[in-house]
Amino acid sequence: MSEKEIVRFQIDGLKVEAEKGQMLLPVALEYGFEIPHLCYHEAVSPYGACRLCLVEVTSGGRTRMTTSCNYPVDDGIEVATSTENVLRARRMILELLLARAPHSERVRAMAHSVGVEETRFRIIEEADGCILCGLCERVCREVVGANAITFVNRGDRREMAPPFWDPLACIACGACVYVCPTDCIKMEEQGDERTIVRWKRTLKMQPCKSCGKPFAPQFQLNWIIDQAQLPKDFYELCPVCRKQKK
Amino acid sequence: MTSAQLEKILTRHDHQSANVLAILQDIQASENYLPRKTLEEVSKRLQVPLTQIYHLATFYRTFSLTPRGRHLVTVCTGTACHVKGAASILNTLEREFEVAPGETTDDKEYTLETVNCLGSCALAPLVVIDNHYHGRMLGSRVLSLLRGEKDASEKS
Amino acid sequence: MHLKSPDDLERLRTRILEDRKAQEGKKGIVLCTGTGCRGAGALEVYEAFQKELGGKSAIEFTSTCCHGFCERGPITIIEPQGIFYQRVTPETVPQIIAETVKKGQVIDDLLYQDPATEQAIPAEQDIPFYKKQNRLVFGNNRLIDPTRIEDYLAVGGYQALAKALFDLSPEEIIAEVKRAGLRGRGGGGFPTGRKWESCRRAPGDVRYVICNCDEGDPGAYMDRSLMEGNPHSVLEGMIIGAYAIGSHEGYVYVRHEYPLAVENVGIAIEQAHKMGLLGKNILGSGFDFTIKISKGGGAFVAGESTALMASIEGYVAEPRAKHIHTVESGLWDKPTNLNNVETWANVPLIIERGAEWYGAIGTEGSKGTKIFSLVGKINNTGLIEVPMGMTLREIVYDIGGGIPDGKRFKAVQTGGPSGGCIPEDMLDLPVDFDALTGAGSMMGSGGMIVMDESTCMVDVAKYFMHFLKDESCGKCTSCRDGTLRMYEVLDAITKGEGKEGDIELLEEIGWATTEASLCALGGTAANPVLSTIRYFRDEYEAHIKDKRCPAGVCPALITYTIDPEACIACGKCRKECPTEAITGKKKVPHEIDQAKCIKCGTCREVCPVDAVKVE
Repeated sequence: MSEKEIVRFQIDGLKVEAEKGQMLLPVALEYGFEIPHLCYHEAVSPYGACRLCLVEVTSGGRTRMTTSCNYPVDDGIEVATSTENVLRARRMILELLLARAPHSERVRAMAHSVGVEETRFRIIEEADGCILCGLCERVCREVVGANAITFVNRGDRREMAPPFWDPLACIACGACVYVCPTDCIKMEEQGDERTIVRWKRTLKMQPCKSCGKPFAPQFQLNWIIDQAQLPKDFYELCPVCRKQKK
Repeated sequence: MTSAQLEKILTRHDHQSANVLAILQDIQASENYLPRKTLEEVSKRLQVPLTQIYHLATFYRTFSLTPRGRHLVTVCTGTACHVKGAASILNTLEREFEVAPGETTDDKEYTLETVNCLGSCALAPLVVIDNHYHGRMLGSRVLSLLRGEKDASEKS
Repeated sequence: MHLKSPDDLERLRTRILEDRKAQEGKKGIVLCTGTGCRGAGALEVYEAFQKELGGKSAIEFTSTCCHGFCERGPITIIEPQGIFYQRVTPETVPQIIAETVKKGQVIDDLLYQDPATEQAIPAEQDIPFYKKQNRLVFGNNRLIDPTRIEDYLAVGGYQALAKALFDLSPEEIIAEVKRAGLRGRGGGGFPTGRKWESCRRAPGDVRYVICNCDEGDPGAYMDRSLMEGNPHSVLEGMIIGAYAIGSHEGYVYVRHEYPLAVENVGIAIEQAHKMGLLGKNILGSGFDFTIKISKGGGAFVAGESTALMASIEGYVAEPRAKHIHTVESGLWDKPTNLNNVETWANVPLIIERGAEWYGAIGTEGSKGTKIFSLVGKINNTGLIEVPMGMTLREIVYDIGGGIPDGKRFKAVQTGGPSGGCIPEDMLDLPVDFDALTGAGSMMGSGGMIVMDESTCMVDVAKYFMHFLKDESCGKCTSCRDGTLRMYEVLDAITKGEGKEGDIELLEEIGWATTEASLCALGGTAANPVLSTIRYFRDEYEAHIKDKRCPAGVCPALITYTIDPEACIACGKCRKECPTEAITGKKKVPHEIDQAKCIKCGTCREVCPVDAVKVE
């Protein structure tokens, strides 16, 4: 078993240590430091889009503001999580985000905690609550492997969508719904159909061979069987009946 | 685009996924836009997710997902051109064609585009009509040029 | 002919020079067919010459790309006298051949005329625009047909490469470049020698060198002209750099919008390969190096190093995290050295003439020369190359010839969308990396856009925010939404909807955009706004408080009227007005119906007596 290299540094004056190669944000969070973040999730790679996790890092005599979600920890660095500059940046970013997701409780709460109650900017209605954090896309690509959605366009016209607005690759697993920080991707089930509302993806669910309840989209089950090279009848039973059978 | 034509392009770029941008450029040059079916085919043959290809197609300005018109009219909106009146030329053309930049006229004759600097700044403001560069333009002059062109093509 | 040693190269060069010496005094025509001159009709002139000359070998015809005085194109130079003809048309070609080429007679109408003295100046080197320049890097353009490698050899090309490969070690080359003080010409101004050194030292076996020809600053086209007109100078620099760094594979990334540059560098690479100046065992040195061309897809942000590398890898041009330096982990996570076109083109000069010679040019912190694109409201528009340290005043007035139409200078914008506007009282600033940054602007890639009293600075700020919000990759909230919101505030101000506190709001958003964004696009996006607020605050206040646009630009805040005393009732404006807002009859001064007027400016364009006034 290889020896893991430990690095020692400071956060807000507190002496901390972590494994070399770890990112600053999860380490700081573990130590109880509250650094707001929206586009970071431990299940996927860091991206650095929201800019909320900015902190000031002093290293080699230089101090700069950097996102902490994708900053690898190092020996001797000094991290400051709530300087005047950091708070000032957080306030403006939250005010900008509020104009995209005015109804998100999480964004509102974060904004409130730095004293921002409203936004001076025009609400972007077309955003429909999306803050372009990219978590949905990353979980779909890195964890699920369905590659169903992508960032489209650039600049102020950037949005998240399936290619050609035709969600053919979406297996309606709901991972994106789970991971979205503003709850702007909704999943609905009606009868034997499941819909991921934001991507306009409706799939028929497969009924359990035993109890008859529709339990998962057929397309999804077939996709999993194909990807994992499972026997064709692997998903005949719903999870409940499968357990009972054992 | 036929399967054989696409294969030729893919071979030209060694079937490398890293060359996907160049491949899309060749398709755009050949078809005057990026047809959906062709993009799906590229995704399959290169083993590159369609999402990546679609992102490329919508991120970079040189691509169009809808067929471009017979004539491409590009107004340069670089700083030198702007300072010398490009905005007014663009407004004139928007009015004439009744389209916004990036769109094509209903009769599929003209596509109006803007470009952020062609590097011909000394002759600002520039308008490019079908790869012909025209310097020192005015809105009225562009219209004359286009009418002249239309007359010429109608004659032939 | 495949060159297997430096001796082979020198033998070939000697032969070429001997051949040319035999032609000395021979009549010759040099015609610029660069993109700029093409926009003025150079291809038609070319055809006219071809037709008229009918393939006569007695007259040497050379097609070049870019002599710099672009606004006077198509440019033709008649040798051996070096007579400079401007704005040549196909119709004048027969006369040029019959009179100037054959009889040595000068055609006055085609000569450059000094606006001050009204004197015609036939010789290129006497023209004020050229006189004050120091065209070390750019000057050879006028002697070279970029599709003929022999032309480059004739001016000493690839001599530096031979010296580098056979007389110097990689470490010595790096030391020389460091001593010369060369700083990146793409905008960053990073010391080139240091970059090469870091890349060489980075662990790993595979290294890449890249030439950044994604010149995106609107209004700047130095790199286009270098790449079109003298691609070998760039290639030579790259090969020398690759040898110094230990790289065997290079990329030239060219903007899609520069088709002629792509074509010419492609031809140059092929010809260099054939000659053994690229590929395996270059000049018999044992050093292998190949170059591939990668075309951009139309994205300003692709000029950013990490975004450019992402683009070569087949992704969108989205910048990547910066704590990992690209010299250690860049293209495909390998150590990569990226430099700008002009930076590479400076390298052969430094190796050939030495760091001492180079260091004697320029200022303490900025050595060498810089090519600028002097455009906008200026008499002599084009590309200029001057030693670092020359003042903006000298550039604008002595080389640029001042402002046309008797208008007043207002500002010069440097550094593109990352830069700022420098007002008249700061014209004595030297062009120097640090001096320009200190004034709230930056050198940038070399764009110098001159503005006069009829340029609205609020409109300029709005223009840049419109550009940046469109070109932002869209990743960072602070950049994407920051530029968008600055644009929205500026748009409202130019429409007469500005409010008290808007300037402060712009400064607030600008601060966050600068501090919180990942890359230099967002990091410098606020500069055009903040610098115009800094030096032209009064214009902002006029728009916000008085709902007035002093420069007469913002349509919502101006009125077009026809001066009844000046109007000759010709009816041109009435005919051209798109909304039929002008009424008038023969001999009756015309009038504009303000309710119908959409401020398009067409009437002012077509009026032959300048009777349309804007206030």
